[in-house]
Amino acid sequence: MRQTRPALLLIAPSIIFMAALFLWPLIAGVTQAFHGPDGPTTQYVRRMADDPYFWEALRNTALLIVVLIPLQFALAIVMALLMRERPRFAGLHFYIWVVPLAISDLAAGLVWLSIFTDRGYLNSVLDGLGIPTYSWLSFEHPQTMFLAVVVAELWRATSLVFVIVIAGLQGVPRDYDEAASVFGATYWQRVRHVILPQLRPSLQVALILRTILALEAFAVAQALTGRNFPLLVGETYQWYYQLQNPNVATAIALVVLALSIVAAVGYLRLMRP
Amino acid sequence: MAGVTVTNLVKTYPSGNRRATDDISLDVADGEFLVLVGPSGCGKTTLLRMVAGLETPDGGTVTIGGRDVTRLPARERGLSMVFQSYAIFPHLKVRQNIGFGLTMQKVPKPEWNTRVERAAELLDLTDYLDRHPAQLSGGQRQRVAVARAIAVDADVLLMDEPLSNLDALLRLQFRAELKKIVARLGTTTLYVTHDQAEAMSLGDRVAVMRDGRIAQIGAPMDVYDRPGERFVGGFLGAPPMNFFTATVHQGSLVVDDQSVPAPASLASWNDKKILAGIRAENITITQGQAQEGVEAEVEVAEPTGSAILLTVRWAGGELKVQTGPGLRVAPGDRLRLELPAAALRFYDPETGLVLA
Ligand SMILES: Nc1ncnc2c1ncn2[C@@H]1O[C@H](COP(=O)(O)OP(=O)(O)O)[C@@H](O)[C@H]1O
Ligand SMILES: [Mg+2]
Repeated sequence: MRQTRPALLLIAPSIIFMAALFLWPLIAGVTQAFHGPDGPTTQYVRRMADDPYFWEALRNTALLIVVLIPLQFALAIVMALLMRERPRFAGLHFYIWVVPLAISDLAAGLVWLSIFTDRGYLNSVLDGLGIPTYSWLSFEHPQTMFLAVVVAELWRATSLVFVIVIAGLQGVPRDYDEAASVFGATYWQRVRHVILPQLRPSLQVALILRTILALEAFAVAQALTGRNFPLLVGETYQWYYQLQNPNVATAIALVVLALSIVAAVGYLRLMRP
Repeated sequence: MAGVTVTNLVKTYPSGNRRATDDISLDVADGEFLVLVGPSGCGKTTLLRMVAGLETPDGGTVTIGGRDVTRLPARERGLSMVFQSYAIFPHLKVRQNIGFGLTMQKVPKPEWNTRVERAAELLDLTDYLDRHPAQLSGGQRQRVAVARAIAVDADVLLMDEPLSNLDALLRLQFRAELKKIVARLGTTTLYVTHDQAEAMSLGDRVAVMRDGRIAQIGAPMDVYDRPGERFVGGFLGAPPMNFFTATVHQGSLVVDDQSVPAPASLASWNDKKILAGIRAENITITQGQAQEGVEAEVEVAEPTGSAILLTVRWAGGELKVQTGPGLRVAPGDRLRLELPAAALRFYDPETGLVLA
């Protein structure tokens, strides 16, 4: 008993923090989503499910994750492996690749909007070359709209994965590379049998982070497409501010939370050594 | 099987200001066990890594089995290696670690299994095949590193201080075992160590290195008994060889008022100073009333169990003397020492090189 009190005192700040910043908003959120003026209700959840935008947003979010994340990981790993070969001006390359990390997602969305919009840089270049221009972001062209969101997100968020992979690579001693090459490994065999397996913990962290962040993707798509390419978090925004219905907004937010938890737990189990 | 020939290898690291290996030439015969030994920083690892293909020489060539491999990457040189840090892969089980080279060569599964199991058996690892390296002791990891190196049946085996991370007892045990295993395989072996005892006990020949050069190369006992220069005598052996300066005078070596007989071959050095060397175990103590030999006083007596190591002072300075365990002496005792002419080696006091 005498041991418990100081222990409690020591962890009290973090308990208070967790309670104030996580538990309490969670409870408040659940209450808001399932509690109407006449007591417990599922009306907000039903309202959410009846909205076609919700299902489209869910589909788009899933599609974005499935297409974006493998691309990002492939790119980040290739970039990190290139850096490991200590190219000339490695510091400069690193700096350039990491810059998007410092740019807010809305700003990134606006930058790409100025490229893809009807009178944007891309069309100016096409026009200059005598190629007919194209309405990349028009709702009539969902493929190019999606492509634009993917490209913008790729540029904006790959650097996060890149930094994590670089940090992970620094923990793989060169001895292992040398041992592998003495025992006859080609470069690809070294990557496959030695480097990637040892990157597993870093990749796991990056995967969880990126998936959760992708579930929350919003500002880039909003800037580029408005509501033509709805995403889950965009819908909460829509319900909260445009439709003035915080209850449905919270219900959607809870869906995002649930998906995040499922993804994190899933990765942890899937990638267990 | 294949011999290794190294010709005029020169290497200066970009950040270094002197040569790490300075024009080294070396011939390792097919099936020979050659030990490179020398103090830390003398270029042993650099030489080994150039043979392995992990470091590019500035000049010179490396030939393995008659094939010039100087420009080939490590993986095409057909050799295997035991690293000082072991470098066994933490994410692979012992079995996959031992079989790593075979996996890279895409050896078919049945043969893969037999060869991994044979290597594991040779190193007493059969019970540990399904563990991860983190679940092994230092000595066992060491064995995995050796097993991985021998599983590939390479023509040439390179080892860089493979025993230096083991504690003293394990090192002694494993040294003997390693000698047995390598002798059985008959692989050409290039072995690096800074431990002179290890070098003496393992090598068919030892090459003593100093400052990026090979000071002397030969059979262990030859190098031990007849050091080609003062440095070698002072490096090999525990205790190292004793050295003292003497003047040659009419068939004797004179040190102060003491003198010992000198061999006739020193006639040309009459009335000049030379450096004489003698091993501690070649000095005999004559107690009692005898008049031959030189006078000395005991400073320290250290029983080592099988022998007694004495530190004595005489006209020529300090001497280490090794004697049988039966002797009873205490600090301050006066002794007479005999320095047999046949056991004395003579060096040029300026260059430290042996007198022909
Ligand atoms: N990667 C390196 N960069 C610069 N200098 C090095 C490097 N490796 C070794 N050296 C230098 O080269 C010399 C020989 O080193 P090394 O071959 O490792 O010696 P040993 O293995 O005999 O202890 C030393 O002076 C050492 O400081
Ligand atoms: Mg070394």
